Amino acid sequence: MSGLCGKSKEAEIKRINKELANIRSKFKGDKALDGYSKKKYVCKLLFIFLLGHDIDFGHMEAVNLLSSNRYTEKQIGYLFISVLVNSNSELIRLINNAIKNDLASRNPTFMGLALHCIANVGSREMAEAFAGEIPKILVAGDTMDSVKQSAALCLLRLYRASPDLVPMGDWTSRVVHLLNDQHLGVVTAATSLITTLAQKNPEEFKTSVSLAVSRLSRIVTSASTDLQDYTYYFVPAPWLSVKLLRLLQCYPPPEDPAVRGRLTECLETILNKAQEPPKSKKVQHSNAKNAVLFEAISLIIHHDSEPNLLVRACNQLGQFLQHRETNLRYLALESMCTLASSEFSHEAVKTHIDTVINALKTERDVSVRQRAVDLLYAMCDRSNAQQIVAEMLSYLETADYSIREEIVLKVAILAEKYAVDYTWYVDTILNLIRIAGDYVSEEVWYRVIQIVINRDDVQGYAAKTVFEALQAPACHENLVKVGGYILGEFGNLIAGDPRSSPLIQFDLLHSKFHLCSVPTRALLLSTYIKFVNLFPEVKTTIQDVLRSDSQLKNADVELQQRAVEYLRLSSVASTDILATVLEEMPPFPERESSILAKLKKKKGPSTVTDLEEAKRERSVDVNGAPEPAPASASAASTPSPSADLLGLGAAPPAPTGPPPSAGGLLVDVFSDSASAVAPLAPGSEDNFARFVCKNNGVLFENQLLQIGLKSEFRQNLGRMFIFYGNKTSTQFLNFTPTLICADDLQANLNLQTKPVDPTVDGGAQVQQVVNIECVSDFTEAPVLNIQFRYGGTFQNVSVKLPITLNKFFQPTEMASQDFFQRWKQLSNPQQEVQSIFKAKHPMDTEITKAKLLLGRSSDLGQHSLKKLILTLQTLWALASSTPKPPRLDACCVWSRICKLRCTGSRCAQARTLFPRGYVTYCRSSFNPMQAVGLCVLFPCVSATLGDHTAHSTMEHLSTCTSSLGPGRGWDTKGLLTGTTAGLPVQGGPGSMKSRQPVVQSTN
Amino acid sequence: MVTGRATPETSRGRVHAQTAKIRFILIQNRAGKTRLAKWYMQFDDDEKQKLIEEVHAVVTVRDAKHTNFVEFRNFKIIYRRYAGLYFCICVDVSDNNLAYLEAIHNFVEVLNEYFHNVCELDLVFNFYKVYTVVDEMFLAGEIRETSQTKVLKQLLMLQSLE
Repeated sequence: MSGLCGKSKEAEIKRINKELANIRSKFKGDKALDGYSKKKYVCKLLFIFLLGHDIDFGHMEAVNLLSSNRYTEKQIGYLFISVLVNSNSELIRLINNAIKNDLASRNPTFMGLALHCIANVGSREMAEAFAGEIPKILVAGDTMDSVKQSAALCLLRLYRASPDLVPMGDWTSRVVHLLNDQHLGVVTAATSLITTLAQKNPEEFKTSVSLAVSRLSRIVTSASTDLQDYTYYFVPAPWLSVKLLRLLQCYPPPEDPAVRGRLTECLETILNKAQEPPKSKKVQHSNAKNAVLFEAISLIIHHDSEPNLLVRACNQLGQFLQHRETNLRYLALESMCTLASSEFSHEAVKTHIDTVINALKTERDVSVRQRAVDLLYAMCDRSNAQQIVAEMLSYLETADYSIREEIVLKVAILAEKYAVDYTWYVDTILNLIRIAGDYVSEEVWYRVIQIVINRDDVQGYAAKTVFEALQAPACHENLVKVGGYILGEFGNLIAGDPRSSPLIQFDLLHSKFHLCSVPTRALLLSTYIKFVNLFPEVKTTIQDVLRSDSQLKNADVELQQRAVEYLRLSSVASTDILATVLEEMPPFPERESSILAKLKKKKGPSTVTDLEEAKRERSVDVNGAPEPAPASASAASTPSPSADLLGLGAAPPAPTGPPPSAGGLLVDVFSDSASAVAPLAPGSEDNFARFVCKNNGVLFENQLLQIGLKSEFRQNLGRMFIFYGNKTSTQFLNFTPTLICADDLQANLNLQTKPVDPTVDGGAQVQQVVNIECVSDFTEAPVLNIQFRYGGTFQNVSVKLPITLNKFFQPTEMASQDFFQRWKQLSNPQQEVQSIFKAKHPMDTEITKAKLLLGRSSDLGQHSLKKLILTLQTLWALASSTPKPPRLDACCVWSRICKLRCTGSRCAQARTLFPRGYVTYCRSSFNPMQAVGLCVLFPCVSATLGDHTAHSTMEHLSTCTSSLGPGRGWDTKGLLTGTTAGLPVQGGPGSMKSRQPVVQSTN
Repeated sequence: MVTGRATPETSRGRVHAQTAKIRFILIQNRAGKTRLAKWYMQFDDDEKQKLIEEVHAVVTVRDAKHTNFVEFRNFKIIYRRYAGLYFCICVDVSDNNLAYLEAIHNFVEVLNEYFHNVCELDLVFNFYKVYTVVDEMFLAGEIRETSQTKVLKQLLMLQSLE
């Protein structure tokens, strides 16, 4: 077979195909193969597979080999099974049978092979078959040592894969005593098993602590020759020591003083040995010794209770920071990172700052520099923040591309957290953008704007600094964004200086305009309209720009629309209205820094969290208040389930008629509207009701978990994507979602799904697909039950899965004759049911029809849009002759369509169809909420109505909005600026609603 | 004696990786040919192939002055180069780096003894024996046996059965 390795790929394939054909014919031949040949050919197949070719036969022959009495044949059989495992149920049964025989054979070699096979495959079927058997083998008095080793790890594998199938029992206490076993190999294997079991059941295994301590003590105090086979380059049993130290990290410091004293002695001995002259110059010696040392330091940090040991550990790591071995420098930096979070050693860690900064500058290996950045971040506090941030910034200029974004995030966080002086903060962030603009994510520049807006003492400085930074001939687009936003808000603060007069500010920004991407240009257009308000003297200049063909006829809808709307707004609105609409942004609600959230997501659960948590205790947050729980941030980032169209959900309902909230509009056809308008009620029943008419959204949310749904249905089939989001920074373990159908439902509804990965990392989202088939009609909905382990606790959540019969409805076209013909055929008495109830709300067929249509408007095509508009025209005609409530409702529907259409490319159509009647109606209705809605629509209204009408409407509006009282007025402005700035939507009353959520909320 | 917290968390809220273990062991030559792949986690074939390629790309660009550890996805690769072969072990980021680095060396010394100056071709043609050696020393993603004497004794015993 040596020919297989050389020559060309084609020659290899040709040769292999020939060989495969040969083997196939041997297996199919009439002559029964003897064991030796069978082994030879199975082995050849394995070889071919390992070369990277597919093998689709030979499984049966391999299974046959398992029952051979010859070791070599059995071994090849088991190897084939382990490498080419196939969940073919037929074979699994045969394989399990062979394993069972071998386990019972009392032949240690065969038992070993069988155990290794189970450990390598570890499937659920095997766990079912052997999870009860293996503990017996493990603790039986007459089992050979090598078999015990294999049994311990085999059991560990089964326990990890299917913990539910491994029965706890008497054996557990006997397993703990394996720590005392004579044979160190058995102890090595058993320690791994015990560690894993102890992590899950600490109480049950707590006797392992004293046993582990005494075992460890015997090892570290032994002379280097005592342990013979287990001494590795003069280090006694290094791997076992490491494992024992890991096991001890499952528990707090021992409470028994004797045990505790003995452990402290061990740890001191290990620290002392590090100072002794090496017994060998070989790197293996020092590596093995230091492996134990680092694990001991981990345990010291874990216990975090002996200041003396912590400081000694820190000094030891300090020595390693300057060691000539790169590995040790790397590990010292890494270990010190965790040490920095202990209050006992934080100060000691800080003394090494110069060494660490030096490492950042001189290390050749990027992973070492990365560790140095991490450590600087961990050791940063108010006393050294300026130095560390400056060093990180200067390192950023030459940093590897792979770690730039992370450094940017870290700098941004540190600068914010430890800013005493906010001018320093602003300078730092602008420097960040200058040095590494491409790596400055949205979160970073959003955050600087949030902070500048929330702190008036820094606004003037920020405006001046961005203005200066923008003077650079080439500046990063992110700077243009920050600059545009800040000058739009606070440009007036520097307008007194003739060097930064309004016109100069505008020209400066506009000189960057053409080099920017569409979102930035859109943002700049908003800045311009804000300038119109701030600086009446540049109004005509800006109007000229807006009026130019490159804006008004821009190919991009968003830009075109902004240009049109702003131009109209600037020309028709009075200065008072402009001032109201374009007022300065309100302060952002305080919340966890979005940057921190991003860093957590990037770095995974462990590293960031503990640092952050530790820091939170020590430092006062930038806002002078304790940081709010992270849950608030994630809650705000998901669109509120009841977020209604105009952001008015929190407002009191209109005095007459049904609630004007458009959010309730859809649901109230089916149920009472109260639940639908309730702000953010995550009760699963409420959520369930919302899904009756929609297919996508958030089904469930609590502190830990968010469940989102996306589904589609066609005829009797459906598919649902369930997204499980881990909102914490800690892994979920044993994550098992199960779909439960009641017995009678099972027959009517077919649900198929695949199991998801049992671990969900912190911040991660996993997806599960459910294929649905509706067999017959049903009433109950299936239940989704989710169980998982978070930290040490077991979580259990059940929600009703919104699969309802109406998802499978299909419209049928039918002439009225046909219909009545069928209707009359229904003559049996039980086929007719009638019940009369009092309606809660006035009913109007046309409105209902429109609502239903609108419910599907997410995928509104040209055709259905026309249909919808036609319906509404009829509706309008109807509404104008009916009393108020239906008209109000009609208005809501209209405003919704216009809103929808305004953001799409078909906006023009809706605009032209927008009836003047609506405007007139609103003017006469004196309903402030309606008026605000109109104000939102104002730009597109004004585009279609004459100047005069629009102007008087606007005037009318200003009276209306002022009657709303404080806190509501800037809703109108929010809608204009909020949509344009592209900033994250902030929650809270009077919040801005960006266009994106507006469209989503109508789905 | 221990009546403290019932959860394996430290005072800093840090949770140790519950599945601290080897994810896979790879032996590759400089050209990227896999000489041994032992998986301790479920991956499908495409994923395995991708991992093999990525590990090769990550490891071969590093020079001798670099550390023997390199972060890889959410894991860490501990590797050491012997002549033209890279021995790589993929573990959790929180695992003991040096212990696995020496576990590699221990494994290589056993191979060297067993095959009498092991070379790449030994691994190719005696692949089934290499798997036996691995299973003797590492099982279920854990270190099973560290004594070279004991492993070699067992291997010679098995060889005598052939």
